[in-house]
Amino acid sequence: MRGARLLTYFTKTRTRTAAVLALVLAVVGCSSDSGPVEPENSASPLRVRLMTGEQYTNTIAQIFGADISNAVAPPLPPLARTDGLLSSGAAFVGVTSDQVQQIQQAATSVAEKVVDEYHRDYLIPCEPVSSTEADAACAAQFLRETGRLLYRRPLSEDKVSELVSVADNAANETEDFYSGLAIALESMLISPEAVFIVDSAEPDPDNPGEERLDAYSLASRLSYFLWNSGPDNELLLAAENGELHTRQGLERAVERMLQSSRLEDGLRAFFDDMMAFDTFDSLAKDPVVYPAVTGATLADAREQTLRTVIDHVITQNLDYRDLFTTRKTFMSMNLAAIYGTPTTNGWVPYEYPADSSRSGLLTQVSFLAAHSHAVRSSPTLRGKALRELFLCQKVPPPPPDVDFSALEDAGDVPTARERLKVHNTNPACAGCHLITDPMGLALENFDGAGRYRETENGAELDISGELDGTTYDTIGGLTQAMRDHPKLSQCLVNRLYAYGTGGPVSLRYDRDILTNFEQRFVEQGFKVPDLLRDIALSQAFSRVRPDPVAAESVANENDELPSKLALN
Amino acid sequence: MSKLSRRRVLKGMLNGSVVSIALPFLDCFLNESGTALASGAPIPQRFGTWSWGLGMSEAIFVPKKTGANFDLPPEIASLAPVQEHINLYTNFHVFKDAAPNLCHHSGWVILRSGIAPMTSANRPGETIDVTVSRKIGNATRFRSLSATATGDVRNSFSYENGNSVNVPEWSPLRFYQRLFGTDFQDPNASEFTPDPRVMVRKSSLSTVLDETRKLNKELGTEDRARLDQYFTGLRDLERRFDLQLTKPDPREACIVTDKPEDLPSGLDAYLVAKRHRMMTDLMLMAVACDQTRVTNMFYASAFSATTKPGYDKPHHTATHEEAVDEELQCQPNVSWYVRRAMDEWAYYVEAMANFREGDGTLLDNSLIYATTDQSFAKIHGIEGIPMFSAGTAGGRVRTGLHIDGGGSPGCRLGYTAMKLMGVDVPSWGDKSNNTSKEIGEILV
Repeated sequence: MRGARLLTYFTKTRTRTAAVLALVLAVVGCSSDSGPVEPENSASPLRVRLMTGEQYTNTIAQIFGADISNAVAPPLPPLARTDGLLSSGAAFVGVTSDQVQQIQQAATSVAEKVVDEYHRDYLIPCEPVSSTEADAACAAQFLRETGRLLYRRPLSEDKVSELVSVADNAANETEDFYSGLAIALESMLISPEAVFIVDSAEPDPDNPGEERLDAYSLASRLSYFLWNSGPDNELLLAAENGELHTRQGLERAVERMLQSSRLEDGLRAFFDDMMAFDTFDSLAKDPVVYPAVTGATLADAREQTLRTVIDHVITQNLDYRDLFTTRKTFMSMNLAAIYGTPTTNGWVPYEYPADSSRSGLLTQVSFLAAHSHAVRSSPTLRGKALRELFLCQKVPPPPPDVDFSALEDAGDVPTARERLKVHNTNPACAGCHLITDPMGLALENFDGAGRYRETENGAELDISGELDGTTYDTIGGLTQAMRDHPKLSQCLVNRLYAYGTGGPVSLRYDRDILTNFEQRFVEQGFKVPDLLRDIALSQAFSRVRPDPVAAESVANENDELPSKLALN
Repeated sequence: MSKLSRRRVLKGMLNGSVVSIALPFLDCFLNESGTALASGAPIPQRFGTWSWGLGMSEAIFVPKKTGANFDLPPEIASLAPVQEHINLYTNFHVFKDAAPNLCHHSGWVILRSGIAPMTSANRPGETIDVTVSRKIGNATRFRSLSATATGDVRNSFSYENGNSVNVPEWSPLRFYQRLFGTDFQDPNASEFTPDPRVMVRKSSLSTVLDETRKLNKELGTEDRARLDQYFTGLRDLERRFDLQLTKPDPREACIVTDKPEDLPSGLDAYLVAKRHRMMTDLMLMAVACDQTRVTNMFYASAFSATTKPGYDKPHHTATHEEAVDEELQCQPNVSWYVRRAMDEWAYYVEAMANFREGDGTLLDNSLIYATTDQSFAKIHGIEGIPMFSAGTAGGRVRTGLHIDGGGSPGCRLGYTAMKLMGVDVPSWGDKSNNTSKEIGEILV
């Protein structure tokens, strides 16, 4: 099976000779010294990404400590969700003058704290000869070390001298060594080298005529991918001494990162992004309808899902698909009222009872509440989210000239199913609602806040439906259909690769490598750490695609889906 | 009366909300005619925008009468206290030409940028506030300020270009800290000592500018444009540092209020109103303290999801799903939402009208341009999309009028506003939205 798929790749690449093909087929199922076999031309584009707010905070925390990062609001703008990910929007977003001003203000705050008397002793590696005068040697030591972490590469000695001049000049003007140092630190914190993550290429000595990320860019790409933060000293050292460009060195670095507790930060950020949890930043429920749901409840709903995901995919290292059927989660006091269960203080592991209708992510409060209105549930929003977030399918927006008159007449029916039926009487609506409603309606046993209910307005709920050919008449039927959906793993692969390489995938260039990753993901039992490793170690991750494809429209494997389903 | 005692009195009284205070005006702040500050500088002109979501119920929104003393149909009845300060513009159009009608997008984008967007993610050109801020936003600490009453940082109707939205302040507490935190220089402080750190901060910028230039050379076209924009931002920063090194003119109306409480998330109309009023009060104080001369206040997003307590449909859903009541000539709940928006527009205008400055008010020296995203949201209509203005822009605009546009481009109001703010452009808008015709009826 795997050999047949690989055969498909290589016939597509055209340039491979029969001899190479035979060799490759001979090693199917094994890893060569240079890693698993990849489509010949796999590579990714150079990108210039603006640091995200969370990356800024993580970076400041990593270099200067969490007490400083927590005291400064990240000055970066919100990002436009691009092909499913906010992080992909970072490759396109611009910085307004207003935002530059905020970046400067944050830099001032950070720098003042770093040099204040509570922090200077352990954040500045030397003491000046006099605290009221410039001290070039001490300034140079601090700026060289800190600059290397902020710019994610060593500073040239010319650059260090330039920064020391800034610090010296400022120290002389203010008659304070630490104020001078703070001004130089500020200038680093607002440098585009710090604020933007800029990929750089260099000729690839192993493949003449081709380019690869330089070692520091590769270190940054790995670090933001797996830790959602800049590289640490050890990773920079691996870049500095050339290790990252050897197979063994790269494997060692990636393995260390995968074993690090910081992997959790990275994966939390990824799943928070993929599941569009930024919605929670402004989510609220109508207190009249849902008096038990407060801001703390919703914050815990987000946290519950992230804990469930991290425990499942990292701590337990289980099959990704089982996230959609697992009965295991974590419970907090704020959530207990919504789930209708007793609990104790703090977060505790929790398993839904055997007779519970809940299983998997789709039945968690986070999904149910985020994709509802403030005052009621919405099968359409839930169905749309299910497809877009987890299957990478796109549901088109409603046409501008929809006639809603039929819906008005149906206003008094007791259930959403009856209300939405009227959409099917209008062909302009039917196409899209067929894509979303059957899945959303299967979750109607949960109200707009995610609480379980047997009936709606006194009427029994019919939760039967169909997901792309699989029919069901229970909630468990939907979650199982979701777990077994062929697009589920493909979507995760697509999103993780985009996340790792810093921008949307290209249907034109990335189709083969994505299929390759997906195949290995299947073979390795749908284990996320294995997929992370495969992506991080791949040629595609570090080789530079020569032609930028920024203008190309981003891939969407399923753009044609609505019309197909409408025809069914 | 000393400056100090007056400030002490006002500080005790304001406490986070705008109120009208009849205090004797201090002549020391003004020239003899009361039109300029004591320093000789004229009271600055301000430009602002205000926005609400989902248009109107035409039958009960558009007055029967045009010109002065127009009638106030039920949906805009709450504008009575401010009628003399505003103009209402109806029967103006936005034109999509070959572009599609993009729900809740085409309308506001055309009125703010003059250009019909081609996709719902497309933000063509730049918004009018950005254009105006280049002209009048260079002498203040902030080129412009934006704030939203939705509590959602993603809701903005202002952008520098397609990839660069001006992010609104969304939390009253955060907004307060940004305005009146450690970087705030009180214009009425008796002493002014330039901060030496600002001087060195400014000189250190040259190294960052050099780095940006150097980095720029290594990038492709699109990324170079992004770095250019960053470079422009750094240059702008240089200008703001210069301002920090210059003694600000005293501002009699500038009274820093106490720190506001923060508010929970949510779009309950009453919570949104509370947030809107807190953000408005802060914004107007920022203007009075001359921290900015260009403002954007967003009452609702384009797909307004404001909720009515106990009613199961948010505003946007209701526009599509609620039936029109023939007797009331509107969708009753939808109209309830629009009326709440009009309450807040009235609050905004009244707050400006009550804010004393010189021998007049903040509103006398301002022009506010208010827009929405649809005319009749139920069918995503954009024809006859309503607009308002408020203020006289220094006595140059007649107010209290209802203007019938006769189907002419809505961009005429934006064009008129730009001309009033000194932006020297021969015309504004793209294709059918292009106009070089001001709305003459409102000009003095």
